[in-house]
Amino acid sequence: MDALSPLAVHAAMATGFLLILLGFYGVLTQRNILRMVVAFTLSTTGVNLVIIAIGYTLRRTAPILDEAVPLAEASARIIDPLPQALVLTAIVIGLGITALMLAYVYKIYQVRRTLDIGKLSELKW
Amino acid sequence: MILTGMTLLLCLVMIGAALVAILGKGLAVAILATGLVSLVASLLFLILAAPDVAMTEAAIGSGLTTFLFFFVLGRVRGGEHD
Amino acid sequence: MIKRLLALLLIGGLGGVFLLLWLDFTPPTELNEVARYYAEQSAPDLGTVNITTAIIVTYRGLDTLGEVTVLFLSAAVVGMVLVRGRRRTAATAEGLVSGGELLASGSRLLVPLILLLGVYIFVNGHLTPGGGFQGGAILASAVLLMLLADPTRRFSHRLITLVESSTGLSYVLLGVVGIVLAGGFLDTRILPLGEFGTLFSAGAIPLIYSLIGLKVGAEFASMLANLSETEAL
Repeated sequence: MDALSPLAVHAAMATGFLLILLGFYGVLTQRNILRMVVAFTLSTTGVNLVIIAIGYTLRRTAPILDEAVPLAEASARIIDPLPQALVLTAIVIGLGITALMLAYVYKIYQVRRTLDIGKLSELKW
Repeated sequence: MILTGMTLLLCLVMIGAALVAILGKGLAVAILATGLVSLVASLLFLILAAPDVAMTEAAIGSGLTTFLFFFVLGRVRGGEHD
Repeated sequence: MIKRLLALLLIGGLGGVFLLLWLDFTPPTELNEVARYYAEQSAPDLGTVNITTAIIVTYRGLDTLGEVTVLFLSAAVVGMVLVRGRRRTAATAEGLVSGGELLASGSRLLVPLILLLGVYIFVNGHLTPGGGFQGGAILASAVLLMLLADPTRRFSHRLITLVESSTGLSYVLLGVVGIVLAGGFLDTRILPLGEFGTLFSAGAIPLIYSLIGLKVGAEFASMLANLSETEAL
């Protein structure tokens, strides 16, 4: 079987870390609130990618039992299913959070007619 | 070997799309680039032996999220250049 | 300018931490103790083919209940925040472009098939990749297609709320039945495990995952409907 090399796992993890950093950079430097939400979504994807890359074990397969992976060999053939369950949860919650942020973006635009974070200065000191 | 090369290529595509999403000019382009990052991420999840996560990311991360962004973008016309 | 420099400094520091973590990482070759337990015990104990499903529905069932609750709360707050923008009259709806004849006819053909795929995915959650969350998202994408084909279409919020609350209530009730008949809250061994690998197996897991699928689908649909019913500003 065509196996994945450690280089590929490291590359996937590095991509995840880079996405987190790019997302944070976007959140810190953008002026437009909608763009900040976009950047936030990027770093969420990055975190998920890092967790899945950590959970990967070389030369093993997905945690689903079938003819290729009988129960007797399961613990020697499958990867850790726990990070997958956690990331699945994180993705679904991520959409909930994004929807909430977008609803507030709409509300802010409705009241203030601007999406520039620099013009929303009531709570600034 | 092929799988490793494919992984590296997908990583490059993701980083490129993320750069477009952060540094690009138009907001619609940025949203589409984020959707692309999610789509490529779901391929990477599949390669990293996580089919459940890949399905979730494809359906939720790149599908519904992109459309939620476009719903709001369509409602705040004029605000995207602030 | 100074702000951008500070941001770059912060990102640089965080990047240094990440770099140390990354250099230190070596992919493991053996499963840890918890993962080995899941690998060896989930099939004999719970009868699931897909081990991730066993973790989500049973081993970490309380976690999933909390997740569904968070999703419900965020859908409710989206509805609450947008409630004033939602009263669009016929006059303001004129600005919306309809999807066109192709999309309208295509969606009439595709929506039942998409709904069927979503139901298939969450009913088979214990056998194949996928489950309640994926299936629910696919159900919501059928709603999305209907909204794209006809932006003036209104969904019955009462129906969405009814589906959402009844499935949520049945989910908690099944969990309580687990205390009475089996080992604890959300224990899925309240029904016979059945034959390994068939549709009617794995105790209450298909039942609970179907409830989760309907609930998640209703929540995403209510978010989409609320956001699409806002007025263009």
